Amino acid sequence: MTDLAYTINDFKSDNEVRWCPGCGDYAIMNAVQRTMAGMGIPHEKFVVVSGIGCSSRFPYYMSTYGFHTIHGRATAVASGVKIANPDLNVWVITGDGDAMAIGGNHFIHLVRRNIDVNLILFNNKIYGLTKGQYSPTSDRGIKTKTSPFGTVEDPFVPGQLVIGARGTFFARSIDSNIKLSESVLTEATKHKGTSIVEILQNCVIFNDGIHSVINDPAFRNDRQLIVEHGKPMIFGEGNSKGIIFEKGKLKVVKIGENGIAADDILVHDANDPDPSIHMSLINMQLPDFPVVFGVIRSVAAPVYDIEVETQIKEVSKNRKITCVDELFNSGNTWEVNGNEPTK
Amino acid sequence: MKDAKVIEMEEVVIRFSGDSGDGMQLTGTLFSDATALFGNDVSTFPDYPSEIRAPQGTVGGVSGFQVQFGQKHVTTPGDYAHVLVAMNPAAVKANAKFMNPGGTIIYDSDSFIEKNLKKANFITDNPFKECNLEDFSKIPVPITSLTKESLKNFDLDNKSVLRCKNMFALGLVCWMFNRPLSYIENYINDKFLKKPVIAKSNINVLHSGYNYGINMQHMTPTYIVNPAKIEDGTYRNISGNQATAWGFLAAAEKAGLKLYLGSYPITPATDILSVLSERKDLGVKTFQAEDEIAGITSAIGAAFAGCLAITTTSGPGLALKSEAIGLAVMAELPLVVVNVQRGGPSTGLPTKTEQSDLFQALYGRNGESPVVVLAASTPSDCFWYAYKAAKIALERMVPVILLTDGFLGNGSEPWRIPKIAELPEIKPRFANNAVTFKAYGRNPEILSREWAIPGKAGFEHCIGGLEKNTVGNASHDPDNHQINTEIREMKVQKVVDMIPDLKICGDNEGDILVVGWGGTYGHMISTVRELRKEGKSVSLAHFNYIKPLPKNTAEVFRKFRKIIVCELNLGQFTGYLRDKIPGFEYHQYNKIKGLPFTVNELKESVYKLLKE
Repeated sequence: MTDLAYTINDFKSDNEVRWCPGCGDYAIMNAVQRTMAGMGIPHEKFVVVSGIGCSSRFPYYMSTYGFHTIHGRATAVASGVKIANPDLNVWVITGDGDAMAIGGNHFIHLVRRNIDVNLILFNNKIYGLTKGQYSPTSDRGIKTKTSPFGTVEDPFVPGQLVIGARGTFFARSIDSNIKLSESVLTEATKHKGTSIVEILQNCVIFNDGIHSVINDPAFRNDRQLIVEHGKPMIFGEGNSKGIIFEKGKLKVVKIGENGIAADDILVHDANDPDPSIHMSLINMQLPDFPVVFGVIRSVAAPVYDIEVETQIKEVSKNRKITCVDELFNSGNTWEVNGNEPTK
Repeated sequence: MKDAKVIEMEEVVIRFSGDSGDGMQLTGTLFSDATALFGNDVSTFPDYPSEIRAPQGTVGGVSGFQVQFGQKHVTTPGDYAHVLVAMNPAAVKANAKFMNPGGTIIYDSDSFIEKNLKKANFITDNPFKECNLEDFSKIPVPITSLTKESLKNFDLDNKSVLRCKNMFALGLVCWMFNRPLSYIENYINDKFLKKPVIAKSNINVLHSGYNYGINMQHMTPTYIVNPAKIEDGTYRNISGNQATAWGFLAAAEKAGLKLYLGSYPITPATDILSVLSERKDLGVKTFQAEDEIAGITSAIGAAFAGCLAITTTSGPGLALKSEAIGLAVMAELPLVVVNVQRGGPSTGLPTKTEQSDLFQALYGRNGESPVVVLAASTPSDCFWYAYKAAKIALERMVPVILLTDGFLGNGSEPWRIPKIAELPEIKPRFANNAVTFKAYGRNPEILSREWAIPGKAGFEHCIGGLEKNTVGNASHDPDNHQINTEIREMKVQKVVDMIPDLKICGDNEGDILVVGWGGTYGHMISTVRELRKEGKSVSLAHFNYIKPLPKNTAEVFRKFRKIIVCELNLGQFTGYLRDKIPGFEYHQYNKIKGLPFTVNELKESVYKLLKE
């Protein structure tokens, strides 16, 4: 770490921010800029790559190096940036359409390779930029402009894809909770490998209130479980509820009832290589369970871009070919002199 | 013992042919390498089936490898074979139409049994008669049984024994053409370093084949092909795909950049990815992506991050990359896209050659999306055009599409090894003044922007696929879009000052100008040479620079009475010339069979035009 003292303003560009008034993106950008300012990494090393969608305008609003690419491919472009120069701090800004639909393939392969980038998935469960069509994370039955009678398909749960692709880091936050966002983003930046941060985001125009059932202040404590590594999974008004593991499943219990003590509550282990509990946490949904936020999974594994560098170093250690001239003249060659072949 | 018949020839074409599993590609390659080392000029053409393993013994499963070598400069693998080595009846059937009249067929007589004749759909027990090959010199050699006999003391299983059959054929052909066996022996010893028994058995059978020739010379003609007269220097054999890969290695070293390849395996381009993935020792980063799109978009990311970035593919892959090429056009990043063309459309003829992606390279994108388009013309000059493509991309901040094809990519020829110090300089357009830097600020002469690489303080900027203003911010201003669209086109046109004038092979004026482009060069130049020997007033103009076209193109065309454009498609380059160099009548010769031209058919098309 250096003593680089940045403020949030060092990461803002001069461009006018043009998201709709009240859009959840403002809060997320705020959290990202705060996180970057606190990392102690030189400003010129940040690269923000995006695809297409409302959230993908992000790079224009940042004062860092930025690349606004094409629909679904930000993950692949960012892979190239990071592999080319692992010294850069690479961020991908994407949404549920960009990452889960057109870019689904690149998304899972980024995660599988474990390339060291930080990806923020803005999940508003709708296509905003094209004005309100259902997305791959929209709930079954949702009525939109392209599903006037309701959809007949089930959504992706992004965290499930991350686990399925052998992801090493997955966290969840919600736009309105800037403090939580900043905290999980900071954890994401510390993680070596692909960090996926899903942020539930509200589209005020086309899907307003989609997350309000989770986020309603009157019920928030009962409906949200914010996990922390090494701490018991306790939630609810007055920290009255918790999660236990029983008969191979997670279960919500009331502390003090049916003989359940605080000690019986499951302690969150984000570093457990076995993803089964993490998967169960990702799957928890209302009304039977609270929705889980925080860093759900963070495990160490080989990192693609580092492995590439290591392999180059290893191979180069005992190399016989040190430059292109040597390569060209290696193997079977022959001389022609005065038009008389000599070999 | 009778004296052997000795035939002295200027050039000879041999075709090795057998079942996919018979090792014909290796046999052909080893013979070609041994021949090149002997001092002959060679040109090769592997012709293999797309089926992974078609049923054994069927025509669909026949794999062939053709090599032409000679004492003068050899520009094609030859139209028709003087010698066919056929390991089974299906090989005879598949290759009958590629035989030179009066040629020789050496075949494994053990394999010409009823079962195999049936598999190859012969009706009678005389396959040669059925294929109209009665007048050819046919040499039955019991290759299978002689191979078994040679290895009876080796304690090998039957499968391993049969795997050595190709070495018997190779030994025999080496004797026929007076090639030393030492190169092949070294190769086998190297390859089977850890399996000495296999190495020994292969070499044993190789010698058996060679000795069989010595013993049976009363029946086998021997051919003498004297070494070719070629330019002094150090040489090696190189295939087009290897030359392409090496061209990029040379360019990266010359430019002082790391080389990055993002690619997805596809026939016949995959070899470029394999060749470069071996080069960790030179710091090359190869990324085998999840698909063609990730191949190119990761390369675009690497270009943004400061690498010499390339992506390699073939026809259908180029289609998948279209949108991303548009991004590279818009982002104005240096990027080279290699398309090793194959038969299309769709999956088409994956293992065959064609030139039908020219329009795709020129126009296959949404919007006005100009890129530089180059085409290599021989296996070895793939090196030079890959190098040149990289130079243009880096010095002009523009995507370049390099067209080669399956014929060039898989074919090989001797290559005079250049020294890196002798190659032209490559000076990437690095930004170096943070105060004046603008993402889309341009040099007024060449219209290129500067390359500011992430990690460099003071140059932070944003680029992207949206239309933008000079500093890189999105702009929907109508006038700005028109200006930028024109600039992007002009920038490509200005590359004309980096390319040489169109050269003429033959006289600068005359009756007929034969026009070709890309991988057909060998056949085109052979055609024109032969016609000129016959006293015809014919010259060749062969294009490597497609967009932009050389400055003097119209001037060259004006000096000829008639122009005929020959290409392996339905006339794409002809159409392009009609658009860009109007005012001429362009005659056409087009072939679209997945095969290279033959010199004979090209000559016929010129004769016809001369008569008109």
